[in-house]
Amino acid sequence: MTGVGRARFAITFDGEEIPVEEGQTIAAALIASGRRSWRTTRGSGAPRGVFCGIGVCFDCLATVNGRPNVRACLATARPGDAVTMQDGTGHADDAV
Amino acid sequence: MTPSEGRPPFDVAVIGAGPAGLAAAVTAVAGGSQVALVDAASGPGGQYWRHRDDDDGARHHAWPAFLRLRGAVDAASTAGTLTSFAGHQVWHVERTADAFAMHALVDGRGAVIHARSLVLATGAYDRQLPFPGWTLPGVYTAGAAQALLKGNGVRVGSRVVVAGTGPFLLPVATGLAEAGAQVVGVFEAGRPTAFARHPLAVVRNAAKLVEGAGYLRVLRRHGVPYRTRTTVIEALGEARVTGARIASLDPSWRVVPGSERTIECDAVAVGYGFTPQVELPLQLGCEMTLDRDGSLVARVDDAQASTVEGVFAAGEACGVGGAELAVAEGQIAGAAAASSATGRPAGAPRGAHGRRSAGRAFARAMHESFTVPTGWQGWLTPETIVCRCEEVTAGRIDEVIRGLGAADPRAVKLFARPGMGLCQGRVCGYATACLVASGAGRDVTAADLHAIASRPIAQPVPLSVIAGLGGRDPS
Repeated sequence: MTGVGRARFAITFDGEEIPVEEGQTIAAALIASGRRSWRTTRGSGAPRGVFCGIGVCFDCLATVNGRPNVRACLATARPGDAVTMQDGTGHADDAV
Repeated sequence: MTPSEGRPPFDVAVIGAGPAGLAAAVTAVAGGSQVALVDAASGPGGQYWRHRDDDDGARHHAWPAFLRLRGAVDAASTAGTLTSFAGHQVWHVERTADAFAMHALVDGRGAVIHARSLVLATGAYDRQLPFPGWTLPGVYTAGAAQALLKGNGVRVGSRVVVAGTGPFLLPVATGLAEAGAQVVGVFEAGRPTAFARHPLAVVRNAAKLVEGAGYLRVLRRHGVPYRTRTTVIEALGEARVTGARIASLDPSWRVVPGSERTIECDAVAVGYGFTPQVELPLQLGCEMTLDRDGSLVARVDDAQASTVEGVFAAGEACGVGGAELAVAEGQIAGAAAASSATGRPAGAPRGAHGRRSAGRAFARAMHESFTVPTGWQGWLTPETIVCRCEEVTAGRIDEVIRGLGAADPRAVKLFARPGMGLCQGRVCGYATACLVASGAGRDVTAADLHAIASRPIAQPVPLSVIAGLGGRDPS
């Protein structure tokens, strides 16, 4: 499944290094690394990860470089991105 | 400052760069228009032609058609007759004095694009039915499995159950199997035999049936079973999916007693057809209609014109029917939008009308073959989550329908909050409308879906962007 000749780099998830192929989304890299969830719901605290994969459902929210509520399925991973588990709203302050 | 500001309005803006939008943009350019092509993604293709930069197209259908359209878009960009606005999420469209204004978000900032006529080619996403365990990590939409594979080269799991209804399950399962995943089975809740009742549609679309037969051959080669009147009625696991409960269904999709069995898996990919993205036609006040597949779609005339002057629609936004139909509709819409904006005649490519009518006949046959009856509601327990965002359960929705007498989706939304989360009811809206209609002993209406699909702001927008609109005259 790995591409030939694609640039590789790393991001981190809660401090752990995650390999990425250039062009992959943060969600894809997390799933490829075996992770399935990186958020808990603000009601019951249930774990969530990707559901729709195309930016519709907002289930795959993550905190990226300190910014909460990033849709990991839409965000292309960039070298050095620091992704962290998002609990509840992730202190959302700007979404309507 | 974005390239849209400080310039006269475009003749035509096309929203969506999938099959319909690309065809519309290219045809509008050929008709002598200045065109803006706006899409949320970083490159053209939409969901159907989602690909990686170095993709050779071997696993895509109609890839040469995509290459032709992309080539024409690139040529028009070079010639200065088309401007691409990639990475632009349109969150609101409005009419101004002499044009339309599209408000978009790009990298968290606001941008406004003006155009005299619009082609809405916003596509669709997977339609979902809730079932116990569907919020477990490892349960994906069929579209997610496809997007992760085609766009990222990532398999959603190593033992995957594919379930739901509709022809889209086949390419999803085939793609996973060819990428080395073990597809434990394709479970089609329907029994697609209605084709036999549509001989004309079948003859006119023989190529599509060949395509379907090809997928089934690949699945057989990989030893993947394809079962009809069967589906996943529960996903099992604690923190992630470890199994799925499969059951046989009767014609109304009630579980056949004693037919249930458990399969081990690490991923479930599920979809029950598609829901068109219609918030933009709703914002513009376009008249909507209930399509045969139960979707709310924009009503269009022979020229793909909506009921709002200057607004055209193509592809799934005016009826789910797949890529070939979308291209034909896009061509017709692109020509009509160009004429509408410039006052000069512009024609669709030869054969577009014939391909559209063949495509629509096939879509009708599909819609009748893959309907969603109401029996799925019996798969739910009171604890089953219906609204994933707000974690509203089926029991709570039942309470407000039966206990408080809520008889329409708007009332249910107010009392129980399904559809009030970040996705604004995109995922649970269809199911909520079905539950309300069943509770009231009637069928789902266009008004039910309208109430749930109206989203004045189509994407979460930073308040700073909205505040920034205050001092700016959008016209």
